[in-house]
Amino acid sequence: MAERYSSFKSGGRMWLLQRITAAFLLVVLAFHFFLLHFVHHADEVSFLASSARMEQISYYSLMILFLVTATFHGVNGVYNALINQGLTGTKRTVIKWTLVAASAVLIVQGVRTANAWAGIGLY
Amino acid sequence: MSQSYNRGLIEDFSRWKEFEAGMWAWIFHKFTGWVLIGYLFTHIAVLSTGIPAAGAGEAAIMAGEDVYTQTIVSLESLLLVRLLEVGLLAVAVFHMLNGTRLLLVDLGVGLDAQDKSFYASLILTGAITVASVPTFIAGAF
Repeated sequence: MAERYSSFKSGGRMWLLQRITAAFLLVVLAFHFFLLHFVHHADEVSFLASSARMEQISYYSLMILFLVTATFHGVNGVYNALINQGLTGTKRTVIKWTLVAASAVLIVQGVRTANAWAGIGLY
Repeated sequence: MSQSYNRGLIEDFSRWKEFEAGMWAWIFHKFTGWVLIGYLFTHIAVLSTGIPAAGAGEAAIMAGEDVYTQTIVSLESLLLVRLLEVGLLAVAVFHMLNGTRLLLVDLGVGLDAQDKSFYASLILTGAITVASVPTFIAGAF
């Protein structure tokens, strides 16, 4: 059988997570673009409107899940791209933890913003 | 028994003239991926103006005079921002369509039509982007 090429080590946990988040993001990113550009328009954005959406628990939960999966998928993608470019050893470890820290900052900041809109005191 | 081969660096861009459709698909997927993760950080940074805005008085929020609304309104009034948003849409649509193609390839679906599905992704990205221009530009002038 011909060797099948993949940029990831097939079968790994991260490999699977990258694909599960991809499938989820396909649907949610399409919904996000559609809702915020086609249903509502860019020049109609206001704190009040964002707040009204985020006060619904279903929307809030979906957006938090969207933030976490997009961060994982994007940052893991960057990490894999760098490994493909030959990143190894100490540099690889340093970059890995820098990316983990950047992801944590992004998620915390995103949750704080969502909480501010939703009227949740913790922000 | 599985064997491993040392292929050296996977991406040797000096060989770009020899690249086939699959390699271009991969490069475009990487490029659009870099743009999207870069945008995600920028997006959250801009949206974070919602944090100080939440502390503004109710009257200011009702009147749209809070810092979040003002920031978005001033950004959206710039034609450059609107054009960048069209670019972002193109990048996102390609990444999504080619990503679907990759998921299918990983599942072993459509292996024989890999090249065709890449060209289809490109054409569909172009069509969706062009069709979205009026919506994305509306109100910018």
